[in-house]
Amino acid sequence: LPARERNGMRFNCLFPAFSSPGKSKEAEIKRINKELANIRSKFKGDKALDGYSKKKYVCKLLFIFLLGHDIDFGHMEAVNLLSSNKYTEKQIGYLFISVLVNSNSELIRLINNAIKNDLASRNPTFMCLALHCIANVGSREMGEAFAADIPRILVAGDSMDSVKQSAALCLLRLYKASPDLVPMGEWTARVVHLLNDQHMGVVTAAVSLITCLCKKNPDDFKTCISLAVSRLSRIVSSASTDLQDYTYYFVPAPWLSVKLLRLLQCYPPPEDAAVKGRLVECLETVLNKAQEPPKSKKVQHSNAKNAILFETISLIIHYDSEPNLLVRACNQLGQFLQHRETNLRYLALESMCTLASSEFSHEAVKTHIDTVINALKTERDVSVRQRAADLLYAMCDRSNAKQIVSEMLRYLETADYAIREEIVLKVAILAEKYAVDYSWYVDTILNLIRIAGDYVSEEVWYRVLQIVTNRDDVQGYAAKTVFEALQAPACHENMVKVGGYILGEFGNLIAGDPRSSPPVQFSLLHSKFHLCSVATRALLLSTYIKFINLFPETKATIQGVLRAGSQLRNADVELQQRAVEYLTLSSVASTDVLATVLEEMPPFPERESSILAKLKRKKGPGAGSALDDGRRDPSSNDINGGVEPTPSTVVSPRGWAIGAWGPPGATPSHLLLRTPSELGCREPPGGRLLRRPSYQGGNGDSSPPPPPRFVCKNNGVLFENQLLQIGVKSEFRQNLGRMYLFYGNKTSVQFQNFSPTVVHPGDLQTHILPLAVQTKRVAAQVDGGAQVQQVLNIECLRDFLTPPLLSVRFRYGGAPQSLTLKLPVTINKFFQPTEMAAQDFFQRWKQLSLPQQEAQKIFKANHPMDAEVTKAKLLGFGSALLDNVDPNPENFVGAGIIQTKALQVGCLLRLEPNAQAQMYRLTLRTSKEPVSRHLCELLAQQF
Amino acid sequence: MIRFILIQNRAGKTRLAKWYMQFDDDEKQKLIEEVHAVVTVRDAKHTNFVEFRNFKIIYRRYAGLYFCICVDVNDNNLAYLEAIHNFVEVLNEYFHNVCELDLVFNFYKASESPASHVQTRTVASRRGRPLPSLRSGLHGRGRDVPGRRDPRDQPDEGAETVADAAVPGVRAANPPPPP
Repeated sequence: LPARERNGMRFNCLFPAFSSPGKSKEAEIKRINKELANIRSKFKGDKALDGYSKKKYVCKLLFIFLLGHDIDFGHMEAVNLLSSNKYTEKQIGYLFISVLVNSNSELIRLINNAIKNDLASRNPTFMCLALHCIANVGSREMGEAFAADIPRILVAGDSMDSVKQSAALCLLRLYKASPDLVPMGEWTARVVHLLNDQHMGVVTAAVSLITCLCKKNPDDFKTCISLAVSRLSRIVSSASTDLQDYTYYFVPAPWLSVKLLRLLQCYPPPEDAAVKGRLVECLETVLNKAQEPPKSKKVQHSNAKNAILFETISLIIHYDSEPNLLVRACNQLGQFLQHRETNLRYLALESMCTLASSEFSHEAVKTHIDTVINALKTERDVSVRQRAADLLYAMCDRSNAKQIVSEMLRYLETADYAIREEIVLKVAILAEKYAVDYSWYVDTILNLIRIAGDYVSEEVWYRVLQIVTNRDDVQGYAAKTVFEALQAPACHENMVKVGGYILGEFGNLIAGDPRSSPPVQFSLLHSKFHLCSVATRALLLSTYIKFINLFPETKATIQGVLRAGSQLRNADVELQQRAVEYLTLSSVASTDVLATVLEEMPPFPERESSILAKLKRKKGPGAGSALDDGRRDPSSNDINGGVEPTPSTVVSPRGWAIGAWGPPGATPSHLLLRTPSELGCREPPGGRLLRRPSYQGGNGDSSPPPPPRFVCKNNGVLFENQLLQIGVKSEFRQNLGRMYLFYGNKTSVQFQNFSPTVVHPGDLQTHILPLAVQTKRVAAQVDGGAQVQQVLNIECLRDFLTPPLLSVRFRYGGAPQSLTLKLPVTINKFFQPTEMAAQDFFQRWKQLSLPQQEAQKIFKANHPMDAEVTKAKLLGFGSALLDNVDPNPENFVGAGIIQTKALQVGCLLRLEPNAQAQMYRLTLRTSKEPVSRHLCELLAQQF
Repeated sequence: MIRFILIQNRAGKTRLAKWYMQFDDDEKQKLIEEVHAVVTVRDAKHTNFVEFRNFKIIYRRYAGLYFCICVDVNDNNLAYLEAIHNFVEVLNEYFHNVCELDLVFNFYKASESPASHVQTRTVASRRGRPLPSLRSGLHGRGRDVPGRRDPRDQPDEGAETVADAAVPGVRAANPPPPP
């Protein structure tokens, strides 16, 4: 490397003000303004500045910028520095560019030119600087300009090591930003051979690059397996002094080893027996080394060593084929469980969680149950306790369920608030999954409500109701237990809900006992009534009407309650409506009718536990991994009749839920009775989406054409192939919209690294701003058969033409998958229908008479010309349909306003069908030219 | 994969920030505050790993400075933890007893190094200065948030050297024998 000036500048000399404390903010601003004025005059001055001063002033500007002040000049001087021959000057120039120049600057051409020159300069230092600048900016424009050159530099025979290293990382950066720009070619084969490079820096950089590239094209890089194995084996077996500069506290090349092990996790076990043998030998060496006495007492030494060890264990778990190694790994982790380093205990718990799901090591993991329970009780760090809870959940099976559930219940009493809800879910799932008898299950759930009622989400108590409804043998017990629980002086509202429901359905089973006779049951429930929220009171009202059916002797009392002014004139519409309807029903209907309407609920259809779905939504990684793959416990045909991996839906107890409790999008059914429509519509829309026949025909991963079918409707299946189904449900009001995306995993294998993101193609960026509020909530893992939901909040700021793109990436069985879809957001979604009289319509029509305001299209009908269907489509499109406007009754006339934040676009349309010619003529007039054309095109596709 | 790197002092002032994901300025500020809130309340007996949103923060404290790396949950925790230490050793060697003020005033040198050391993880600079560059992966405006506004606020802390840090052996490490 060329000699460089050391400490070329000292900022505390340049800016004395900043190194002397005690000056006020005003003084700072004053000082900065003075300095800025000075720099400005230097740059503007007649005298040409020499390189050093230019560098100095540009650097000062950068410093001022980093202090939080805006800089609006100096860009040109920075660009000039790029062509300097001095390293420090160039470096400051590049730093300024990376930090301060955005991609649409007009200077970008000059900058690109300077970068090109440096890349071609054959001076390794300059080449590196240029490469770093490309990587730092990392924009699409940079990719377009240079993505083709960098692979060439990377594999050129005469590139210096440092340049190769930078080129590899730069390429990685560009590939991550925009994969389409990096051309694959014969260079890929040569990149793999960089794994053999002499220079460890190059190897490390190459491993990173290959790990990323091979996810997309595993087959192209398959040869890297044997190279990686041999490299790894050389490192692992080397003495601690062999690798000199790359030995870190006596551990040879720890980071490179970790990366190599990660690369191997992208592939299944090597097929070649020799390679596999060598790899297994490596893995064994690492496990052996863990047992050796440490070469240093320093924590760095053991950390580096254990970093490799944990990565080795991940690889062993990934292969899941070597029982011997799996058990050894488990024993090693078992030692760490009691280690004095908190970090190690934490990591051991985390790693063991994945081990528990392997059939080979599940039993070995179970032997550590006492240690883990102890950790749950005594660890000081909440994150460690949480790992312990996760592990207990993962190692649970029928043999230890009772112990684990009772430990978790005990822990719940003292658990941190942050993790209570999760523990509640886990306990609920374990209790259901491994229940031997249902009374134990009911007891457990009621205990949950008693201990942590606030954290028992509706999914949990819905679920217990579903199970009780479906199991005849537990109903009597449930009624009795819940009756007893309700007798506690203070009981949680969730308990009242469960109690209300169960007694309303099965109260008759315990009515024989004088201690729980119908009037006692009623007065017990009614004593809680006034303390409850509206939702609970609504539920209790339903219980009362059910009581009238179950116990005719309570009819008079209950009618009295319903008739009370506080019910019939309740300020809450829901309660009032229920009271009025129930009162009338009870007095009007005959006993037979009453018995039919208020009959016991039919069993719920079996599907995946809604709680499990909730847990998965709540916590992607680690959760439920052991439970829902079913591999470990094939004989699980207990309470739930075996959990089938069907699309998950949150099912509220039918007929009891009011809109407010239902899952988002559930059909609000305020009339709580078994109406035919309700029986016909058992599933909330979220679930039904997945059952719908696919429109897509399951074609491959390539991005499908834009979804014109969503122009006129808001719900449906956006995409489907063999792996994944994406359902969409959206609602729009004025310029706001909310979209629910449901990702269903159709396979039985977990998707990993699942990441849906919404991106905006160029011009849309400024126009529409979909705020993906719950994007972060989408779990990185989607289990087989599970469904995750993502909510997008959309605000339309201006009119726009192209919809945003939804890009979904995930790994399925090691192979990366990605697809890009257009989101079904089109400008007409923000339509607000407007009704107007014929006169008004024509007046406005005439006002919009400029030629560019009108868009017209004459086209052939693609579908049968049915007036009703057309009407529905136009309404779905968003405009109001105006009758009696057009003299020809065959024609359709519509009007609406497109609501955006910035402006409103009035819009009139006319559709003239010609049945004989099977043609349409569509005319649109709006106040904005592009909108007219765009709407016309959108709508024309629909007929 | 690294999502971002932050160096903050105890008062929450950012000394260095590197972003490897696209965030807008408000989001960055929010993340900085959240990370600070999460990390500073933990005591020395706790793990160096904290779950954070859907990611994990690996952090280590040196004197008054917290070095935080935000990574994916399934990344190798210990490797990143040692990468931090390695980076600090490099800084220490480069600045001869590095202290917080070095990072403030020599921003143009410091900003070059982390990515190179974290991403390529070479213990390259035992013999001399760190290789000056290799900042692949840095993107967006590296603008530091207002936290950086006033380096004078913590003169005492700044004077502490990182080398006296909680984790021993920053300087007196057992270096491998020279080649």
